[in-house]
Formats: sequence, C-alpha cells, structure tokens
Amino acid sequence: MEEKAILDIRDLHVWFRVYEGVSRVLDGVSLYVRGGEHVGLVGETGCGKTVAMKTAMGILRSPPALFPQGQVLLAGRDVLKAAPIELLRMKGKTISMIFQDPLSALNPVFTVGQQIFDVIRFGHRWIRDDGALTKTKVRGIAMEALTSVQLPDPRRILSLYPLELSGGMRQRVLIAMALVNRPRFLIADEPGSALDVTIQAQILSLLKSLVKEAGIAVLLITHDLGVVRETVERVYIMYAGRVVEEGQTVEIFDDPKHPYTQGLLSSVPRLTGEALAEGIPGTLSDYTEAPSGCRFHPRCPQAMEKCAQQKPPMVKVSTKQHVACYLYHGGGG
Amino acid sequence: MRFSYFVLRRWLYSILVLFGLSILIFIIARMLPGDPARLALGPFALQEQVEHLRHVMGMDKPLPLQYWTYITGIFHGDFGLSFQTRRNVALDIAHYLPATVELVLMAIVWVLVLGVPLGVLAARYKDSWVDNLVRVMAFIGVAVPPFVVGLFLQLTFSYLLGILPTTGRLSLMTPAPPLRTGLLLLDSLIEGDFSALGDALKHIILPSFAIAMTGIGQIARLTRASMSDVANQDYIEASRGFGIPNRVIAFKYMLKPASIAPLTILGLTFASELSNAFLVETVFAWPGLAKYGIRAILRKDFNAVMGVVLIIGLAFVIVNLIVDILAGYVDPRIRIKHEEGE
Ligand SMILES: Nc1ncnc2c1ncn2[C@@H]1O[C@H](COP(=O)(O)OP(=O)(O)OP(=O)(O)O)[C@@H](O)[C@H]1O
Ligand code: SF4
Ligand SMILES: [Mg+2]
Repeated sequence: MEEKAILDIRDLHVWFRVYEGVSRVLDGVSLYVRGGEHVGLVGETGCGKTVAMKTAMGILRSPPALFPQGQVLLAGRDVLKAAPIELLRMKGKTISMIFQDPLSALNPVFTVGQQIFDVIRFGHRWIRDDGALTKTKVRGIAMEALTSVQLPDPRRILSLYPLELSGGMRQRVLIAMALVNRPRFLIADEPGSALDVTIQAQILSLLKSLVKEAGIAVLLITHDLGVVRETVERVYIMYAGRVVEEGQTVEIFDDPKHPYTQGLLSSVPRLTGEALAEGIPGTLSDYTEAPSGCRFHPRCPQAMEKCAQQKPPMVKVSTKQHVACYLYHGGGG
Repeated sequence: MRFSYFVLRRWLYSILVLFGLSILIFIIARMLPGDPARLALGPFALQEQVEHLRHVMGMDKPLPLQYWTYITGIFHGDFGLSFQTRRNVALDIAHYLPATVELVLMAIVWVLVLGVPLGVLAARYKDSWVDNLVRVMAFIGVAVPPFVVGLFLQLTFSYLLGILPTTGRLSLMTPAPPLRTGLLLLDSLIEGDFSALGDALKHIILPSFAIAMTGIGQIARLTRASMSDVANQDYIEASRGFGIPNRVIAFKYMLKPASIAPLTILGLTFASELSNAFLVETVFAWPGLAKYGIRAILRKDFNAVMGVVLIIGLAFVIVNLIVDILAGYVDPRIRIKHEEGE
C-alpha cells in the first residue's frame, strides 16, 4: 500500500488457542508506519495493541498464537514467513521494541552489563563488519548507551542486577537496550506507564529527544491522549482487535468520526486526559465469543440493525482520515 | 559482604542443631531398656566382667558427666569404643564411610546428569515420550521404595541379563587400588588402574541408580516446571525481541533462572538419598555405613549409633551449606536480600 513503509501490517488476524476454544483477538488489523514517521496506537486495555506489535516483532509464541490470515511486512520482508535467522538479523537494527513492563522485562539473575553486552554483541554482528567487536568496545558502546539515557554512573550500573535499580532506572536501561543497535524503527509500548506520573513524564520527554536525535520511525502505544496529541503525526484508534479509525492527529482530535473515538475524546478532560474509555459504558467483550458485525455495536449509542450483521469496512471520509463505521457509508460525513 | 554473614549464621545454627541432636540421641541411647555391656558380652559372662566393661566404657558415671566426656572426646577425634568391634568408633566410621559417600555421590551424579536434562527435554517437548517417561519415573520414585527398585534392577540386570554384578564394590578377582580417599572410583583413577575403575563402576551402577531414582524424578519434574515457567516470563520474550539467538536464550537466559528451584531442593534430595542408602546397601551387600549403623542399632552399640548419626548430621550440614552458597551465587535476589536486610 505505502511504498516506503517500514512496517506494513495488512489485514492481520491473530488467534489464540485457549482452554475455552479459540480466542479471536486480532480481526483484520491494517496499519503502516513510514520511515521517520511518528505514529500513535490508542485503545483501551485488552484491545490487542501489544499482540499486534509482538506479531510485528515476530516474537509472539506460536502456539498458542495462530495467524490464520494477513501479512506483516517489515522493511519489505514477510515476518510471518521469514526464516528465523532472517528475523534475527532485523532485530535491533531494523526494528526494536520497548516493552510495556520495565519491571519484568529484564532478566533478574543477570547483571545489566551481561544483558546489554549480549544485545550489542548479537546485534552488531550484523551491522558492523569493521573488525572484531572486542570486549572493551562492547563495554564502551554499552556505557555510551547508558549515558545517553541519562543514567548516572553507568560503570556501576553495568555491574548491578535489575533488582538493585528503581523502576525508572530499569525503564531507562530498557530504552538504552532498545536503541543501542540503532534501529530504524522503534515500537514503544506504553513507555513509563507502569511508573508514577512524574517519572513517566521524564521518560517520555527523554524518549522524545532520543528519537528526534536519531531520526527514527516510532510507533507509540499509549492510553494518554494528551501524549498522542503532542507527539505523533498520525494515529490509529483500535477497538477489540480492529482498527476503527485512522488519520492525522489534528483531524481526529478536531473531528472524530467513529462513535468509539468520539466517546474516547469526550471522556477525557481536555488535553490532560489519562483514563480511557470511562465515558463509554460497558466493557470489552470476550474474544472467544466476540460480537458479530461491528464489534463495538453492544456499546454503541448509534448502533443500527446492520451493525450486528456485517463487519463495517474502512471507508475514506477525508483525504487522510479513514473510519470503519456504517454511519459513513453512502456519502455521509 | 552480608551474604557471607548469612551463610556463616546458617552454619552456626546447623552446628547448634548438631549439638542438640547429639544430646537427644545420647539420652535416647542410654535410656533404652537392656544393658549394652551384657548384650556385648553374652549371657554367660560373669557379672564382674560386665561391671568391668561398664566401668571401662564409663557407664558407671552420672549421665551429664558421660555426655561431657563423650563430647570433649569428639573434638580429639575420639568417638568412644564400639561394643561390636571393640575399636574406636572413629576408626570404624573411617572404614565404612567412604563406601557410602561414594554411593551417594554417584547417586547425586545420576540425578544431575539424568534429572536435569530430562527435565529440560520434557519442558521443551511437552507430552512427548520424554515427558511421559519423566512422569512415570517421578511416580515410581514416590510410590516404590528404593530397595524394591534395587531388587528389581538386580533381578533384571544381574540374574536375567547377567551384565552387571549383584553385590559388593569390587569383584573378588580385581585387586583393589591402594587406599587413598577410600572412594574406589577416585582411587583407581588416581592410580590409573582402569580395570579396577571399570569393575568398580559396574558394581556401583545399580545400587546408586536405585538410590537416585526418587531424586531423578523429583529434579526432572521440578526442572520441567521451572523451565516452562521461565519460558513464559516477559524477560524471555524481551530477549527474543532484542535479537538474542534461541540457543543463547535457552542455555543462558532460561537455564540459570530455571536452575534455582531444583538447586534449592538438592539438599533434600541428598537427605533422601542417604536414607535410601540404608536399605539399598543391605540389598546390594554394600559394605557401607548403613550396614554398620543398622547392626549398631540392633545391638544397642550406642557409641556407634551416636557416631553414625553425628556423621550423617554433619554431612547434611555440609551439603546444605554448599547448596546455600550455590543458590546465592546463582540467584542474586537471595544475596541482595540478605545484604539489604537489617
Ligand atoms: N498468549 C496469549 N494467550 C491468550 N490470549 C492472549 C495472549 N496474549 C494476549 N492475549 C489476549 O489478547 C488480548 C489483547 O491483549 P494485549 O496485551 O494485546 O492488549 P493491550 O491492548 O496491549 O492492552 P494493555 O493496554 O493493557 O497493554 C487480551 O484479551 C489478552 O487476554
Ligand atoms: S458500525 Fe454501527 S455499531 Fe459500529 S460504530 Fe458504527 S454505528 Fe456503531
Ligand atoms: Mg499492552
């Protein structure tokens, strides 16, 4: 679809084999990120943001995950069909990810140094062919990375175990690890959201400056619409495993089309919002028995008869805004 | 470093426990009905002879004094006389202990080289034949007493197949290597005597395996459980996200955290192997401490009983100390907790 897309997800379906049967989590997600572009991915908890991005990284365990339909193109390569070695080569260099929970994403029985050294060693093997990567060189790169995320005394930090670091420091270490091999594209899964608000703000501004400096593409997953508005050019709104609306951030904030997006924005105290979707009554439904038709119809204030029958396709409502809702079919909007 | 304090404290506690144990066993041994001197000398001995032996053994003194004499003796390597052998118990133990140590060490080796890999494989290939084998072994280990396993192995490999010897540590025809550690495998290795080594190996396989059975099953089950637990951790997914190759993830980033749980129960495994050894040694006529200990109990040879109990207690303390140190080495959380604590 997009020529220069670094990540291009097309009609992705991801299912999980669970005890109750098959959990159909992602049901036709399409999404792209161009080189250097900053894109947001927003949706309430459990809507499948992390699943989509882990699929893009090629790290979703299968089983239990199944990929019945769709494609994930990462720098032109089909992630779901690529050989393991090919995927390995793209990690760190092409794509990298900051994981949602900094407290559990570091291995508790290895020091920060041991972990970051391996990331460098195995990442750089594919990048730099300029001679051997000596121990001192690896160490130097690691120290540089820790300094860049403003960690004091990087030499000491290398010798510490995750347990000995605060949550904020661990988050910084993870950011350093994600960026140390100079990826072209970074997925940031709710960075800092597991930490308290002031630290979260520090982490976000740090991340912003690092990303700007490196000029890389970013997909930012967040619950915080204020952050979306400030940082990304384009945004995807997800609901229950589907993208329901997509467009320029400004446009979507000014004129949300999808009833879910409208609820989302109205539930947020202007600009400073944090809690999501509390203005919309009801909860996400169980993916083993997802609602038919438009998955939002049980909660939608404007639901019509046909909403329960068939999945509404994405339609274009303006040059850069798309929405999946029957209200906009037949020239409406 | 606080962790060393922690280990030291654990060790001192264990020594205290050993003291407590010695008092308890001492009292029980002396309070049991029946006169050991009479038992030792037989029904036809004269009363004076019995009295004389009681005097020689210090049994005519008050109990606390007897205990004091005993315990101070220990620090000079004097464990008192054995009624059965009329030798110092220390000598007897030195004579019988190596055979038992060798047997139990070999059993530990079985547990490590079979239990751990089986557990890893069972976790990797869930519900495959390896997984089922582990399940069956764990079940047998719990349900069937080790001496029965021993009898079964004897029946199969010695009587039916005739490929392994039934009893003893060495064949009659094999000259023993010169005594150094008392561990035949080690001594013959030091000597470079490979025919003795091979023969000793053949003899030790069955009894040590019978002893190890329970432990192999336990460790394999536990390794399997903690491997699959670790496999689901976020940090493993993250490692894959960072582009660490699978082989490194499995043998470094998974194996180390997954080894903590099996390691911590290794002390218990050792204890159960020691107790298994008692009956298995009898089945295989293994000239170890168990045989000596059982006879001592039956004959009310209380210095020998005390000696055996204390040595086993000491072995237990040492093994647990090693396990503590290893666990602290593998799991920084243990170390750091104690360094921060208090
Ligand atoms: N391994 C798995 N097996 C079964 N179901 C899974 C698995 N991983 C995720 N899911 C399900 O997929 C759905 C989406 O999960 P996901 O983690 O992508 O949500 P999310 O949008 O990232 O939410 P949050 O904002 O809380 O992080 C959830 O219902 C979750 O239970
Ligand atoms: S398709 Fe129907 S149910 Fe879905 S959001 Fe639009 S109006 Fe509501
Ligand atoms: Mg998530």
